[in-house]
Order: sequence, then structure tokens, then C-alpha cells
Amino acid sequence: MATLTSVGTLYRGGEGMWTWVLHRVTGVAVFFFLLVHVLDTALVRVSPEAYDLVIASYKTPIVNLLEVGLVGAVLYHAFNGLRVVLIDFWSKGPRYQRQMTWAIAAVWLLLMVPGTFFMLKHTVEAMFGSTS
Amino acid sequence: MTAVAEAPIAAPVATDVTFRVRRFLPEVDAEPHWEEYTVPLFPTDRVLTALEKIKGEVDGTLSFRRSCGHGICGSDAMRINGRNRLACKTLVKDLDISKPITVEAIKGLPLEKDLIVDMEPFFEAYRAVMPFLITDGHEPSRERLQSAEDRAKFDDGTKCILCACCTTSCPVYWTDGQYFGPAAIVAANRFIFDSRDSGAEQRLEILNEKEGVWRCRTTFNCTDACPRGIEVTKAIQEVKRALIFRR
Repeated sequence: MATLTSVGTLYRGGEGMWTWVLHRVTGVAVFFFLLVHVLDTALVRVSPEAYDLVIASYKTPIVNLLEVGLVGAVLYHAFNGLRVVLIDFWSKGPRYQRQMTWAIAAVWLLLMVPGTFFMLKHTVEAMFGSTS
Repeated sequence: MTAVAEAPIAAPVATDVTFRVRRFLPEVDAEPHWEEYTVPLFPTDRVLTALEKIKGEVDGTLSFRRSCGHGICGSDAMRINGRNRLACKTLVKDLDISKPITVEAIKGLPLEKDLIVDMEPFFEAYRAVMPFLITDGHEPSRERLQSAEDRAKFDDGTKCILCACCTTSCPVYWTDGQYFGPAAIVAANRFIFDSRDSGAEQRLEILNEKEGVWRCRTTFNCTDACPRGIEVTKAIQEVKRALIFRR
């Protein structure tokens, strides 16, 4: 009878619970992007030079990776949002929630694989040299 | 013909199964803690049998609710390996016994002792949706007739045993104690779609409130947890649809 830690276990939910968690996480992430985006765009009213300076600071490989993450988050949030709408409004929605989860995952991957390639192409070429 | 001795049927063998139980004795403990117990069990034994063995043979202070032991009374809802289940409907053979099986109280209701929670907030939400037949007009002189098709409309909800597996599997309910919760909405659904009932408008108004059906985030934890196989999320969605399309 060993006495162990006092915390309870994490609830082991299915696809429904984890898609909901991811929906919240991507929602908050997109919100913070929008916050920064509104602030940097508003800089144009301060001075065009300040705006150019801030935008130029984004031209780094890390920001490029963040952009890929942003596209992934927006796409997931949009597709899962449609899934949730269908669950609530379409009479057969709740019965097909699992299939719809796999459908949005497939569409997301289908768009993200070429999307990531083209978004990172310039960064990779600039960092490791272009073949053309 | 000579009689051939049949191969003897192997007697079932009991194996040692370890349970990690989240214990809390309010008189002694400031915080809940985990304790491990190992008891011999057959693959066809229920988790409830294991708990009774622990209480009877290892540690008599272990407390849990149980009544019928056959999945009808709804007393022994608990979290087994992280999911809400009835201990009397969960068999050892369906669990991975290579690791300890975790057993803890259902989440979101005040913990009273070991696996026992205060069910009052759960029943308060249940009573709030008026889970009884409401009628108007003259009292009929014979029974209220209903077609088989009309009866089928709310059949799923009639299976509910009020065990609270669904309500306490809901992430919204854990963080927002005011939310009616899946079980109360299932109970409301059962009467809203009953052709003999005339209280649908009142119940829909109650569930149209801030803490009503719109708090549902469709995580489907409730549908997965229901030991009666009720499509709980679908029942909640039907109420949402009734609210959207009624006028």
C-alpha cells in the first residue's frame, strides 16, 4: 500500500474532447496574432518608417515558422468550426462527428503539406543556398 | 465404442490485479492521496467485485456507493482508468491489468469521502428541468394514447439511470457548476419530445438560459461515458435545434 501523489488523473476523453481542446488553443493563438497584427498595422499612422522597421524585423526564419503555425491554426480552427456547426445544426451531425474529425484532419494535411513547402521554400533557399 | 475421457476443462485461474484508488478520509486527510491494493480476480469479475474484496479483506475503511450491482440503480459511477464508468459494468478482462487500474471519484461534484461525492448539485439541476409529465385541459377518462412513432421520438432518454457519468465527464460542467449538465438536458429532452406532454415551452425556456444547452461544446465525453448507451450529445443537440427552429 504505497502512498503516492495526490493529484487526480487527466480525463481520458476521445476525439471530441481533444478537438475541442485544440479548437480553444488555436483560437487563443489566432487571437494573439490578430492583436499583434492590429498593433503593427496601426504603426503606419505613427510613421511609415516605424512601420517599415517593425515589418522588416519579421523577416527571420523563426517568424517564417510562426507563419506556418498561424496558417495551420487558422485552417484547423476554420474546419473544426464548420464541424461544430454541422454537429449542432445538421440532424445527423452528432452521429458523424468522428468521421467529420478524420475528414477535417485529412483536408488539413492535404493543404498543409504543399502549403508548408511553398511557405518555407524561400527561407530554406536563403539559408542553405539556392540550386537555381 | 469405447468411452474416451474428455479433456478436463481448465478451471479459471485468478490473477493478482493491482488497483490504484484515490482515497480521501475527511477526518484524517487534508488532501486526497493514491493507495495501491492487489487482489486476486477472475477475468469475468467486475471492478465492483474488486472494491468489495478490498473493503472486505484488505482495508475496511474504503468507502463507495453500490446498490444493485447490475447497472440499473446508477450508484457506482466512478472514474476507472481515466473514464467515467459504472464499476458493476466494467469487467477485469476489458482492462489492461499489466498496469495498476486507477479508480477515483467522478469529477466536478464535491468530494465527500473516497469514491463518494455530494450528488445534490446534480439532482438540483435535474429537478430544475421539471422531469415529470405536465398536461393541460381536461383530465382524460382513459389513458393518454401515443403512437409507436411518437413513443420512439424520446425513447433514448427513457434509458437514463441518473448515475451522473455523463454530467461529470463534461469539461464545461467541471469548470462551470451552474451549467445544467448533460443528464438534466436528457431528462428535459425526454419530456419535450413526448407528444402527451404540454410543458415543452417552459422547459425550452429554462434551457435557453445562459447556463442551458448553449454551454454544450460538443466534446462527446458524455456520449462515450453513458453506461446505458444514450446518445447524450445528440439529445442536447435536439434541444438546441428545437430552440432554433421552433418559430
